[in-house]
Amino acid sequence: MKRYSVFAVAREALRHHTGWERAWRSPAPKRRYDVVIVGAGGHGLATAYYLGKNFGITNVAVIEKGWLGGGNTGRNTTIIRSNYLQDASAAIYEKARSLYETMSQDLNYNVMFSPRGVMMLAQTQHEVRGYKRTAHANLLQGVATEFISPARVKELVPIIHLEGPRYPVLGALWQPRGGTARHDAVAWGYARACSAMGMDIIQQCEVTGVRTENGQVRGVETTKGAIDCAKLGIVVAGHSSVLAQMAGFRLPIESLALQALVSEPIKPCMDVVVMANTVHGYMSQSDKGEMVIGGGTDGFNNYTQRGSFHHIEETVRALIETFPMISRLKMLRQWGGIVDMTGDRSPILSKTPLEGCFVNCGWGTGGFKAIPGSGWAMAELMATGASPLAAEFSLSRFREGRFIDESVAAGVAH
Amino acid sequence: MLILECPYCGVKADETELSAGGEAHLKRFGPGADDESFEGYLFARENPKGVHFERWRHSYGCGKWFHAARNTATLEVYGTYPAQVSVPPKDILKTISAAVPGWRWRDLG
Ligand SMILES: Cc1cc2nc3c(=O)[nH]c(=O)nc-3n(C[C@H](O)[C@H](O)[C@H](O)COP(=O)(O)OP(=O)(O)OC[C@H]3O[C@@H](n4cnc5c(N)ncnc54)[C@H](O)[C@@H]3O)c2cc1C
Ligand SMILES: [Zn+2]
Repeated sequence: MKRYSVFAVAREALRHHTGWERAWRSPAPKRRYDVVIVGAGGHGLATAYYLGKNFGITNVAVIEKGWLGGGNTGRNTTIIRSNYLQDASAAIYEKARSLYETMSQDLNYNVMFSPRGVMMLAQTQHEVRGYKRTAHANLLQGVATEFISPARVKELVPIIHLEGPRYPVLGALWQPRGGTARHDAVAWGYARACSAMGMDIIQQCEVTGVRTENGQVRGVETTKGAIDCAKLGIVVAGHSSVLAQMAGFRLPIESLALQALVSEPIKPCMDVVVMANTVHGYMSQSDKGEMVIGGGTDGFNNYTQRGSFHHIEETVRALIETFPMISRLKMLRQWGGIVDMTGDRSPILSKTPLEGCFVNCGWGTGGFKAIPGSGWAMAELMATGASPLAAEFSLSRFREGRFIDESVAAGVAH
Repeated sequence: MLILECPYCGVKADETELSAGGEAHLKRFGPGADDESFEGYLFARENPKGVHFERWRHSYGCGKWFHAARNTATLEVYGTYPAQVSVPPKDILKTISAAVPGWRWRDLG
């Protein structure tokens, strides 16, 4: 693989861009791999990447039914933050955030990480108390956040309306090193790095069955034939229950539609990410100038990647009170993804009842920010059988009542 | 927009008038049950891609709970039926079999 650099750009400019290589190979599947990962979203690809990088396991296939990054990884609103309350969540999300800081250099791929700051508005007294508590917890966890005043909010976000009659802004939880990154580039960067290590990324190949023998995983059936493996990682977000059924167990997961939208592009007007959880809405401005807006999930199980229009309407209606200037904007496009919501709204990184089979799922509405940390922990779990970052997120917590109850992935809180 | 007919008041209600109540026909386990049954009842879900049975409430109408048979892959609705039963009625099962040959949901199908 040729490195990307300023010299490569100059060289290619002089020869009409004829020398760029394909970023990853598209091989036919082999008969057998040490590890098969199902799902080439960010989490599946990051798992493969760290299996190779941290553990030298490179006889790996990542199998994807559509195109890589075409699931939630290519459909999210790219918010990255780590200001969680519980220690287990703060640890894995902060690990991920810190890996984002150096991801472009590490992968030699520009993921456009933009630590522009993430602000979570407190619009009720309850939220003020909650966010102050989180700021204190973050201090102990070594996550840099602070609770800021309405005046400081206005300084950072001049377009905000502080005195909404229903939802006045009473302060905010501010994480200056939170931000956004280019979601497609995260998937593409990992895919390119995995391919360079000799791993096979097999697109347009759906896993249709899991082969087992004496409670041990043996391989998968796919639309491109049977593939054997010693270890299997199921990393398919909204389709986790479908894969679990193939593997013979059930998960504490429901799949729901989550939507987002962008406005027409406008001049730069807001250079931080603002989340307003009381009204179930959040907004940032993309590099192209679009206002990127998201809200809560639809209420019922759905696998169609289409949501209901009234959710879009509710989200926008609520945000207009806090950002009156967006009331004149036209919506450019809207889309949906199928998110995997667990019983306690925290993710699952775990062994399963099937020996050799692992799951990484339940990231729900908020897993883009977690991709590198999740891949790091999942690779360790699959390679060695245990990972300190993943330990608390095991499936057994539902039986033992050890919930990580913080609505990490709740309806809106990305 | 999802539209379900309330089996009590007969209103064809759109989803803004309804609340989703999750998977239907769960077997309840209480004190004295083993951990696995209790976990299964509280958390483990079918979450199928395809035919599904759910509880719904006509929240902004008559206020009553009812059941719906739907397809989560196509958003098709096969029918609604009252809350007081532990298995779906025969005619709804027939409608489903006609629409999705070979369907399965727990031990139904
Ligand atoms: C509208 C929206 C907004 C969001 N906003 C944010 C945000 O601002 N910040 C944030 O942190 N998170 C956000 N999220 C959540 C985030 O997108 C997800 O948590 C994350 O992308 C999940 O990544 P993944 O790799 O687990 O899943 P995915 O990217 O969905 O990848 C799973 C892959 O598995 C494949 N697959 C499924 N079944 C099979 C099969 N049988 N065989 C082979 N392949 C299969 C799928 O095709 C898919 O490509 C948002 C999500 C949505 C939908
Ligand atoms: Zn009614």
